[in-house]
Order: sequence, then C-alpha cells, then structure tokens
Amino acid sequence: MPKPFTPKVVTANDLVEGDVIYLTADDGWTRDMREAELITDEAHAQIRLLHAESLPLQVVGAYLADAKQGTDGPVPTHFREDFRRTGPSNYFHGKQAETAE
Amino acid sequence: MYSYSDFDAAFVAERNRQFRAQVERRLDGSLTEDEFKPLRLMNGLYLQLHAYMLRVAIPYGTISARQMRQLAHIAETWDKGYGHFTTRQNIQYNWPRLKDVPEMLDALAEVQMHAIQTSGNTIRNVTADHFAGAAADEVEDPRPYAELIRQWSTDHPEFQFLPRKFKVAVSGSEHDRAVIAFHDIGLRIVQKDGQTGFEVVVGGGLGRTPMIGKVINSFVPKEDLLAYIEAIVSVYNLLGRRDNKYKARIKITVHEHGIDDIRERVEARYAQIRPTFEGADQQMLGAIKSQFALPKFKQAATDAYDSRYENDVLFRSWADTNLTAHRDADHSIVTISLKKHGATPGDASADQMRAMAELAELYGYDELRISHEQNVILPHVHKSDLPAVYDALREAELATANIGLVSDIIACPGMDYCALATARSIPIAQEIANRFDELKMEHDIGHLKIKISGCINACGHHHVGHIGILGLDRGGVETYQITLGGDGTEGAALGTRTGPGFSAEEIVPAIERLVEAYMDHREGPDETFLAAYRRLGMEPFKAALYEDARAEAA
Repeated sequence: MPKPFTPKVVTANDLVEGDVIYLTADDGWTRDMREAELITDEAHAQIRLLHAESLPLQVVGAYLADAKQGTDGPVPTHFREDFRRTGPSNYFHGKQAETAE
Repeated sequence: MYSYSDFDAAFVAERNRQFRAQVERRLDGSLTEDEFKPLRLMNGLYLQLHAYMLRVAIPYGTISARQMRQLAHIAETWDKGYGHFTTRQNIQYNWPRLKDVPEMLDALAEVQMHAIQTSGNTIRNVTADHFAGAAADEVEDPRPYAELIRQWSTDHPEFQFLPRKFKVAVSGSEHDRAVIAFHDIGLRIVQKDGQTGFEVVVGGGLGRTPMIGKVINSFVPKEDLLAYIEAIVSVYNLLGRRDNKYKARIKITVHEHGIDDIRERVEARYAQIRPTFEGADQQMLGAIKSQFALPKFKQAATDAYDSRYENDVLFRSWADTNLTAHRDADHSIVTISLKKHGATPGDASADQMRAMAELAELYGYDELRISHEQNVILPHVHKSDLPAVYDALREAELATANIGLVSDIIACPGMDYCALATARSIPIAQEIANRFDELKMEHDIGHLKIKISGCINACGHHHVGHIGILGLDRGGVETYQITLGGDGTEGAALGTRTGPGFSAEEIVPAIERLVEAYMDHREGPDETFLAAYRRLGMEPFKAALYEDARAEAA
C-alpha cells in the first residue's frame, strides 16, 4: 500500500546565491520557511513542483520536503531540513546569521 | 616546487575562459542545469546544502607561501573568511556565489592553481605523502612522479568519462602516510636489485564497500610507470561497470574479476601501449625533477632549540608531539595542528593561512604541505628556528600539541554542509576533542586516530580509524556506529563494527568508555590503542560500550 501523503513544502537552492529557498503560495520565493506554502494535497504538490522546475533561471534542484504546520508557519519534520533552514552548527553562518541581522 | 610552463598557464587560462562563458550561458538561460552541472563539476563546483562549494586541488599537498596567501585572499574576498582542508589534499570554500566563481578561478590561476578534475568521473587530484622530500625514511621524493601523473591525467581525452571517479596516491617511504592501500591506484617507490621502481596496488577504497588494495605488480621500473598506470586505467575504463553507480569503482571491478584476471588484462594492454611511450614522458619527468630539488639547508647551531626544550614545558610538549624526524638531523618536520580543541577539523581562517605562509617564508624554505589528516606541514625547519615558529603559531592559535592524539580527528563536513551526508560529523569531533581536553588525558592515552564520516561515502576515512565513527540517519534520528581496529597505514586494516549505534548524545560518552577500557587493559604506555585492540580483540571494548552503559542506566 502506498504511504499516505504527508504535508510538503517546495524547496530549492537559488541559482545565483546557492542558498535555500522555498516556494510561496503566490508563486514567489522566500528564504524563510515559515512563509512557504504548506501543501497538503498530493496532486497540488506535483503541480507546485512542476511550476518550480519550470523556473531554471531562478532555482536549482527543486524538490518536495516534508513539513508540518508550526505556530508561525511550516516547520521541518526531519533534521536535514532543519539544518537547511538554519545553517551549519559549527559557525553562525547561513540563514541563522542572515535573519539575525 | 613545480612551476607552470607556458603550456600549463595557457591551458588553465583557456579552461577558466570557457567556464566563465558557461556560467554566463547558465545565468542567461542558454544552458539548463542538466547541461551545466557536468561542466561545473569538471571545474570543482558543487551545490551543497546551504550554498555552492568550490573544491580546489592542492596537487600532492604541496603549496608555496604565495599560494597560501592567495587562498586566504580568496577566502576573504568571495567566501566567509576561512577554508576547509580535506582528506584528499584539497581546500574547499563553502560559500561562493555562482557569479563569483569565475573570479575565484582567475585568482587561483594567478598563483598556478585550479579546481579542474576535483570532481566528476575523472582522475582526481593526485595525493602524496605530506612528508615527501623531508622524511628520514624516504627512498625517493614521490612528488615528481605525482606531478607527471597530474600532467598526464589532466584533460586526458581517454579518461574524462570513466565509469566512476579515480584516485591515485603516491608514497616514497616504507611507512605509508598517504593511505595508498585505500586508493584506486596506490604507488610506493621501492628498490630492487639497485633499481628504483614502484609497487603498484590497485582496487583499494573506502565508501560503502571498503576494500584493501591488492598488489598488481610488485615492481614496475620507474621509467615504465606512466605506461603501466595508463594500461590499468584503460582496462578499467572498458571493464568497469557503468550499469550501477555503486559498483562502478575499480575496487568492484577487481573484486568481481579477481586480481589475477585484471593483471592479465593490464599486462596485455601494457604490451600494446608501452611501445607508444617513446621517452617524451621521461624527458618531462627529468625537467619536473629538477624543480623538486631540495632547498640548500641552513647550517647553524641548535642550542636555542635545546635550551628552550629543556626549560619550557609547553614547548617541549609541542615538540614531542608535533615534530617528526627530518632527513637532515638539524632540521625538523613541523606539523601545524588545525585541530585546536573545539574547533572544526581542517578549517583555517584567512589570518591563520597568512600566518602559516609567513612562517614558511621566514623559516620553511617557502614550502607548506597539506596532509590527508587535515593538518598543515612545514616540511623543513631548522631546529634553531623552532622556538620562533612555535611562538608565532601560538599567536595564531595554531600551536595545539595533539598530532596523532585523540583530538587530532579527521572529520568530513557532514550534514553541516554536505548534501550527501546523513548525519553531522563536525560537532561530534568538537565534543570529543573538548571532552578529552577537559580530562587532560590525551598525552597519557597516546597515539589514537579517531575518524568520523557523516555518511557511508567515508570521506572522513572512518573505516581506517583506530576508532571509526559513521553517522547515519536511523528513522529520522542522527545515529553513530562505531568501528574498531582500522588502520590506513602500511598495516592496512578495515575496522570492525562494534554493534548497535549510539545517538548524538550517547556517542561522546561511548568513546570515553572505549578509551577508559583501553587504559585499563593496556600493558603499558607503549602499547597503543590499536596494538591493544589487536591483542585483546573486540570483547573488552564491546563490554565497555554496551554492558557498562546498561549497568549505568540500571
């Protein structure tokens, strides 16, 4: 039996900067996962992924990442996505530093 | 050191021009990512977890002060002010932007460096013993041969699309500091009947299917080296599996066909191609060798060293731990630790790079090395200069006296940076180093190599750690498996798994229990962890890991 669909966000890396970005409901890209579109329907997820993949001048390597609803918006369910939205743990670099500015 | 010929410089400049145009075409939409990806990989540019990553080759680990300064300049100008030295004698920049990479490559070319073939299914950066040319136990400096192989393999038209990546390491010593048994081809300079040649080992590797390389030829005369390895790569290129990425390395080819079958095929191919090597390579080798002549070693009294050694406990500890015997009795090989307790293994800041460059200029005949153990070496320092070198290293926070000890850990970037990783490596290394620093035990523990990888691809060489740690994702939780008894030197051995893994919280106490068990069971300070493990076997260590943990929990 196929696994039941779990909520997703569309994520990718920015072509020029290389950093982690998320697709928003209004077809924009955000660097803050909380602003991403949380997708709860499997067919809609595929459509959103196709949309992301049709933007090769903006994004690289788009995929669907598991997420769930948090207090302020989508949050990751797996530690890999948690590192992607935060940055490395050995230096205060990446997203954690940018959002602190 | 080797200096680029006009041909080399023109070649690198042309490649950089091509790559600049490729980046422009990617940014204006003329190239898709599928088209661009193999092009960027050929030039060492990956896309990792948080950013692009540029991997720059440091051929056979040898680098000048000027080159090291330029690496610092690149780190400050286009990255976040540091670089990460890797187990394959490369440096990685973790934060470049795509549009800046052509500039970075031009800056590298200014100092005769590049990132070509640091990725892709090609012959990668040729690595060598980091003590080459300086070690007391050396038959011959392996670097001229490594340079010859580098020139031969760079853009070699037959070998740009091998079944999988291909790694060559060269050593000139009996004692293996280049992990040659775990490379696709490992070369060791040997002498036989007054002749110099190579023992050729093939089919070693780590990763998901670790294998110890097998001797395919115990003596290839040095003038036939290139023809012989071309025969090996040529056989592999046709025979290696392209149907399954995980079975595509030559270690699997050798394993599936058997070393005798491979040897026969290589001999047949060698018989065909050897006559086509008409001596041009030997002429080039001659010219290369003249560029690796040893410096004219300084002659001076060593009293300054002797008295500092006598009177300064900290200096003595550093000297005892971080110096290695040099071929000239009045010189030492200095290993600079990039493993300060709690720091990221293999990372150096731009300031630290400049400090090391300055020391190389002032006291080290303008030469530095990068080791596969992620440290930096000043290969030739006169003993009278060691106090000044030590003081400057202390100033730059580079004087940690821990080479070969429990905190001198190899760690891959792991899930803090790497898109392939299944768990983090760096924080585990930091915590282990900090813990043993707190315990003030590491000099008592003695020689012990811990190596950590954040996935089964084993960039952190965990299979050959005396204690190996492999980070995995088990049901969405970082989990760490331990192996014991690995050895990446001439005693080549793969570690054996102890049993179930440990969580991120449990792994450091588990390592501490292992080390305590060793201290309890060893016959004396002269019996290293590895020797004790070989004598005792797995049982006492397993008991310490699992039974003691249960007793504590109860």
